[in-house]
Order: sequence, then C-alpha cells, then structure tokens
Amino acid sequence: MLEFDDIQHILITRVPALTGRYEFLSFKSAAAGRDWLAAISEKVQSAAQVRAGPTQDARWVTVACTWNGLRALGLDEKSLASFPEEFKQGMAARAEMLGDTGPNAPAQWAGGLASTDLHAIAILFAKDAAERGRCQAEHEKLLAKAKGVEVLSSLDLEATPPFDYAHDHFGYRDRLSQPVIEGSGEEPTPGSGAPLKPGEFILGYPDEDGPPANQPQPAVLSKNGSYMAYRRLEEHVGKFRDFLREHGKTPEEQELLAAKLMGRWRSGAPLVLAPDKDDPALGADPKRNNDFNYKEMDPHGYAVPLGSHIRRMNPRDTAANINRRRMIRRGATYGPPLPEGAPDDGVERGIAAFVICASLVRQFEFAQNVWINDRNFHELGNERDPIIGTQDGTLEFKIPKRPVRRKITGLPAFTTVRGGAYFFLPGLKALRYLASLGKGAA
Amino acid sequence: MSDATKKEDWTKPAAMAIPKEGYFKVEQGRYGPTFPKTPANYGFTIIAKIKPGREAAIREYGKKIEQTIRDLPDGLAVLKLHYLRWVLFDIGKDTHFMYQGIFDTDFDKYTEDAVALFGKYGINTVFENLEGFPEDWKTNAQSFVKFVREHQRPSFLEYGEYPYVSAEEIKKALRLKAAFSDALDQMQ
Repeated sequence: MLEFDDIQHILITRVPALTGRYEFLSFKSAAAGRDWLAAISEKVQSAAQVRAGPTQDARWVTVACTWNGLRALGLDEKSLASFPEEFKQGMAARAEMLGDTGPNAPAQWAGGLASTDLHAIAILFAKDAAERGRCQAEHEKLLAKAKGVEVLSSLDLEATPPFDYAHDHFGYRDRLSQPVIEGSGEEPTPGSGAPLKPGEFILGYPDEDGPPANQPQPAVLSKNGSYMAYRRLEEHVGKFRDFLREHGKTPEEQELLAAKLMGRWRSGAPLVLAPDKDDPALGADPKRNNDFNYKEMDPHGYAVPLGSHIRRMNPRDTAANINRRRMIRRGATYGPPLPEGAPDDGVERGIAAFVICASLVRQFEFAQNVWINDRNFHELGNERDPIIGTQDGTLEFKIPKRPVRRKITGLPAFTTVRGGAYFFLPGLKALRYLASLGKGAA
Repeated sequence: MSDATKKEDWTKPAAMAIPKEGYFKVEQGRYGPTFPKTPANYGFTIIAKIKPGREAAIREYGKKIEQTIRDLPDGLAVLKLHYLRWVLFDIGKDTHFMYQGIFDTDFDKYTEDAVALFGKYGINTVFENLEGFPEDWKTNAQSFVKFVREHQRPSFLEYGEYPYVSAEEIKKALRLKAAFSDALDQMQ
C-alpha cells in the first residue's frame, strides 16, 4: 500500500552513515532552481531503493524545499496557498511560540537559516569522510553548472566516538524510541506501541483520525511527501559536565543526576527498569530498553522525574491523544567531541536533526510548545525540558524522592538553538513535477 | 498582564479589565494569539447561533455528558478545567448557544486534545447543532479549532476571589485537609 518507490528514503529508513553534510540553498532564479532540482533528483534514493540494498550504498541524498523555495521555483499562488499556515510562515516566524527566544532567537541563528532566501536543503549522509568529500565535490560541479543556485551555508556532520552506537555529545544513547509506520514492514520494539497509520507521517494516506485533510495541491504534491522541522541544537558540553559535578559529589551521583535529567542512563537503560544503578546491557538491548510505561510503573516519577526529557517528549500512557503527537527523528551530531575532563573549548558542537511529521502544527509545534516548554506540564509549575527547553536560569528541576523531593533551582541552558527551518519533503514524482514547472504542461 | 501574573497572590481577590482584542500584547500560540491568564485563570466563551429546531437535541446531550462523566470521572482531565457552563438563550427569534470554560492552561496548548475528547465523549454532537460548524471536523481538527476561535468572545473583565489558583492546587489542598483531619482522628 505504501508507495516505497515514490517516498524519499529518509522517511522510512535510517541509513548506516557516519558522516554527512547539509547544504542550505537559495535560488536566484526559478530556472536555475529547477535545473538544479532536476539534476539532484536523480541522486535522491527512494525508500524502495535503500531497502533493496542499503549496504551497497555509500551515500544517501535527500532534498526538501521551504515554502519560499516552492515560490522561487515558480509554483503558482493557488498551490502555494494550499500549504498549511505554519509551513508558509516558516520556523523563524513561529519563534516566540516555539520558545526560540533570547540566545535561541532567529536573529542569532547561523547560516542564513532565518532568511527568506533559504529555499532548499540538500541532505547528504555518507558512509565515511572520503565519500562525503567525493559527493561534496560532485555537488559543487552540479552547482557550477546550475548558475543561480547559491549555497547559503553548510554543516558537516560527524558521528561522535565510540562509533558502535549512536549518542549525542553529552553521551546519551540516541535513537531508542521511534514510531513504526503501519505497512512499512517494521516491527515495533517491545513497549513502542502499535504501528501508526501512515498518514501521521506521510501525506496522502489515512491518519489516526481517518482520511487525510488539508493536503497541498495539486494532487501530485499531496502524495508520498511530508514536512520536516530542522533543528540545529548546540550542546554546551562543558557547562553540562560542570553542572553534574556541582550537583553530584561522586561520579555515581553525577551519573544518576544525568540519568534523572534524561529519564535514561547515558547507556540508554531506562530509569523505570533500572532506577538505582546503570545497566548497560539493558540499555543496548532493543528488546528491553523501551519496554516500560509510566502510569502503572512510575506514576509519581520516583524513577523518571515528571519533567525529565523522555517523559516530556513521549509521555507514553500518561498523555491524551498520543498517537497524533508522534514524530520521526533523523539527523546526526556535528562538531568535534569534547574529551572527558577537558575544559570547554568554545567550539560549537551539537545535534542537527529533522523532525518528520504530516502536520507541523499538530506534531512538532505541539511537542515544542507544550511538552518541551510548557512550564506547567504535569503541574510542574516552574520547569521546562531540562535538556532542550528554553532555559534562562530562572527555572527549576524537581526530582521526586522519599521522604522529600530534591529541587535544583536556576537550571542553566545546556543547549542553544542555532538554526532551524520548515521544509516540505516531496515524493519523487513531486520533485520531478517541481523541477518541470514552467515547461509547457505546467 | 505579565506584571499581574508575576504577583499571583491567592489571598488577595483581584479583578482585571481586558482590552477589546482580548489580550494586552499579542503572544502567538499555535493557532493564533493566546488569551491572557487573569485572576479567573484561563478561559473561553464561545457563542454561536443554533440551527433552527435543534434546542431539544442540545438539551438531550446535557444528559449524555452527565452520564459520560459519571462513568469516566477523569475523562476531561487533560483540559485542566475548573468549570464548564452550557447555556441556551434567545436573541429575537434565534436561539444561541454559549459554552463557557474556566481552566488552567491556555486553550491553544491542548486544543487538538480537546477536539479529540469532544469527539470521544459526544460534545461534538452539541456543536453539530450550531450554524457554520465544519462538517468534516472529525477528520480535520484544524477546522474545529478555527470554528472555536472565530466564535470566541473575550471577556472585558474577570474577577477571582482566590485569584490564579489552579484546580490541581485546590484539589491538593482539599486532599491534604482530609489527610490531616484523618491523622488527627488517628491520634485521639
């Protein structure tokens, strides 16, 4: 039922890449943009292609456009108007509601991402640095031919060592809880819930409420595409480690505090299943590391604080309407790792990730506005997400504990939003349609 | 508004006059400007004309919702409500429906959850008796949200005898009182 040969691979598959590069592009003319799109579309792999032989590939390409980019390509006004309001406005215009204020505000963003000149992104994931270099050179050649397509900025991605499992610069194991799309052939890991209707993530299919609504026009754009919220999130590793040392006397206490902020030990082991002591084998075991709930297993948050990152980002059985709030995450880390014990070197490092969903306002923006930044989430009163919430030093983090809870006041910001954008991720036919705009039939 | 919310003091009854737009300065929520927290917390007042001849149907749904909540007391927990009021009244020959709520979080935050609950518990059917209500609301939550925002009438004045106190805080205080009273009994 899912048209795997028309869906860009990033929606369905996670590729075994250790490096990558994002290039943010601006079209100086519609013709140049279309020429570039026509050429790059040939490099974009469908989900079907990647599923057929991901191990033989060394690079994976994804292309997506902003609303301004669709306009720059010459899409007509009627079609432009059919896209959802939040996508038309773009992430920078929605900053206040998203919590992107102060140092996180679009005025501070890197790479021209807040500019209306941002039209498209080319996402490259590569097996290694050599392959990335080769692809980068190829793309430069392509851009040289398509005069009038300008690179606003780029970002190189690097996995952080050790490479045997995915984790961020803080050391937390990543990619543990992903929704599964019905009909994708994937089996959810225990505890991850039943597969969700494809329309939650892919345009043109039924969603959890029934037939799709508010789809972009014409019909070719309304099938097999999606929306992506891009977030470039700097991680202040030095500050994070200082905080752990300041609030934990022993290395064990520091590890426990790190786990309380996240809801999992850095090994990935969930606190619900390993409340007192880390269990790295549990953390690494996909059959067990996501198999828990909150309502029965930890209603008061004695294991996982109510305000911890994973309890906010996926409240599981303690949220209403949860199946309409799920998101697919893709992305990677960037910047050099900060060696343990080294003082902060001031070099930017972090996560550059995409949240993929069929409705930015219902899924991504809800998570950002409510789960991450509602100070009164779960009646917490004066908290935001301790890892990625908008923190200005005035909020707190409460750790339920008997007989009396622990309250850490003046929580610093461990992350800063350095950029972001909303993209439309077209299906392959839609990419070709966009590339052919203005040519006779259109 | 922001000054007032900083000094939330439940011991001091407070009133707040609100500009015509319904807010002091525009703070965007996901679906448009959010309405401020007042001494009577957050709230909405939705007023719409009912379709001719639907009054009895609307009154009938009052009983349905009564039964629903009796069976499922936590059913509306996500809305963080204090009170809801459903009112029917006439203007000339037309009957209007007023739906008023007082709750503890700005409505925009949980709108879609509210829509989903309405569907689940039958509140939707009340709305279906209103003129202009979108027919595809079940599969198009955004059209529901749009209807609600278009029919929202902001207050120009709100008052709280115990201002800014959340329903959860009130319930906690009552639970504590009950527990304390029980503890005193145990010590007799």
